[in-house]
Amino acid sequence: MIVSVASGKGGTGKTTVTASLAAVWDGSLVAVDLDVEEPNLHLFLQPIMEGCERAHLEIPVLDESRCTFCGACSELCQFKAISVMGQLVLTFPEMCHGCGGCIALCPEKALSPGRRELGEISWGLAGKARFLMGRLRIGEAMSPPFMRLVKAKLGEMMAASAGDAILDAPPGVSCPAVNAVIDSDVIVLVTEPTPFGFYDFQLAWEAFAPLGKPMGTVVNRAGLGNEDIYHFCRDKGLPILAEIPYDRSIAEAYSCGRIIADVSPELKETFISLGGKIRDLAELSSPGEVAHA
Amino acid sequence: MREIVIISGKGGTGKTSITGAFAHLARNKVICDLDVDAPDLHLLLRPSRERVEEFHSGYEAQIDKDECTRCGVCASMCRFGAIRETEDGVSVDPLRCEGCKVCVAFCPEDAVRFPQKHCGQWYVSSTRFGPMVHAQLFPGAENSGRLVMVLKQQAKEMARARGLDLVLCDGAPGIGCPVISSLSGTHLAVAVTEPTPSGRHDLERVAELCTHFQIAFAVIINKHDLNMDEASRIEAFCREKGYPLLARLPHDPIVTRAMIDGLVVTELPETDFSRELIRTWKRVEDLAHLGP
Repeated sequence: MIVSVASGKGGTGKTTVTASLAAVWDGSLVAVDLDVEEPNLHLFLQPIMEGCERAHLEIPVLDESRCTFCGACSELCQFKAISVMGQLVLTFPEMCHGCGGCIALCPEKALSPGRRELGEISWGLAGKARFLMGRLRIGEAMSPPFMRLVKAKLGEMMAASAGDAILDAPPGVSCPAVNAVIDSDVIVLVTEPTPFGFYDFQLAWEAFAPLGKPMGTVVNRAGLGNEDIYHFCRDKGLPILAEIPYDRSIAEAYSCGRIIADVSPELKETFISLGGKIRDLAELSSPGEVAHA
Repeated sequence: MREIVIISGKGGTGKTSITGAFAHLARNKVICDLDVDAPDLHLLLRPSRERVEEFHSGYEAQIDKDECTRCGVCASMCRFGAIRETEDGVSVDPLRCEGCKVCVAFCPEDAVRFPQKHCGQWYVSSTRFGPMVHAQLFPGAENSGRLVMVLKQQAKEMARARGLDLVLCDGAPGIGCPVISSLSGTHLAVAVTEPTPSGRHDLERVAELCTHFQIAFAVIINKHDLNMDEASRIEAFCREKGYPLLARLPHDPIVTRAMIDGLVVTELPETDFSRELIRTWKRVEDLAHLGP
């Protein structure tokens, strides 16, 4: 089972929930940080790293001696990454999405595969759990192709040793967030009951409900703000899987890099129960039932 | 004309609440929400829309099942795993389709249609603090970077046309495509951080991004009393790198209260938080060379 922890609004507690779930998870687990722009899970799980590799995107490299300036490549490219002007070909590697179209299309075989570094993938052990993270290269704009490579590495790790995975997704509801949750079996939405939290939560629900995956809500900082989120979840049939109280001591523990499940026996119990409810959600609901109940 | 963008790296540090207060305090400005993916500034400013524009960007492959012979060329060439073959025929998963046109170009039957994608809307609005340009990317859509560019362009044109000196922008979290777009051509990036390991880690990355693009960078520590040690580490980082530290703001429930009332904090009765925020805005003005 693959569980994504997503949110819409940033800073609602995705990483807090992921780290605590990983700490109390029953059974073999890979904890994955897919918030590749700003990965934070390692700050809480403190993994012992075992390896890392650079990840690349395939981009075209021009052999000018073969080019006839026919313009087929620039006509195909939807991302303005290659441009033919008279007897001049310009490539803009940072614009390339790595579709491979120009290389396959060039009638003169003047384009061959090169590469652009997207970031670094690293892995290790965090207690009983295996750990995997991606860290986007600073200045790199495109996180989705990099996230696909991190997920491919996750596939290898899960093939080598069966078990579950929990993915810490990036904030937002556009392509990076959808890319993070698209291959998971269950989506856990972490929110806070404030107007900002609620507005972005509705966007997240709109973005993720069409995927037809079982979804549930964790309300963080419960007691802060208002009740809108609860009404919305009831209307949409989204189960509230856990509530984490609004409590300055929790915020202070987080600010020291502590795992919230370790703060008190009650909180530990909250996350053990959350883990159980996530499993139930995956097992009991055929895709779509929960989201559209 | 100057352009200031409020960013954070980590989400949830208080960017939007602080931008809202700055929108109240700043004179002669256009307000612009560049977090097109999960915009929240409108919840504080309650804009009335004066103009609505559709945002189309990129294209999306769609297979015409009558023309398709299921030869499999498209699926074999698609790098994004977007082509699915089921009993009903071959189809494209719109959430995975990158709009690269490779399947269109290589389909031997010309069976792939390629319509433009409708990705969102953008708005020109008026607020009690002045004009505002903002947008909503449709949930799950892509190309937020291009929409950010559209908004910035609009905001600048409006400022020029109305003789205003400032474009004040609320940015997105992270360091990827929308953030990079929001930084382009900006005079000053103000990062709002919090004294937590994530806040500091993400601040360091977003600072490096601004250095990479040679954008002037300054820092506000929000909720600084949550962890004084962590706050000192952030201060040391700023000193070492030469980033101006504009403010240490206390953790204050006034921020949530204002949000629930649809107001910005400087509209509520004064607290230490709002007093410090008023001083902070003066420092931002000085740093951005905004004359009185």
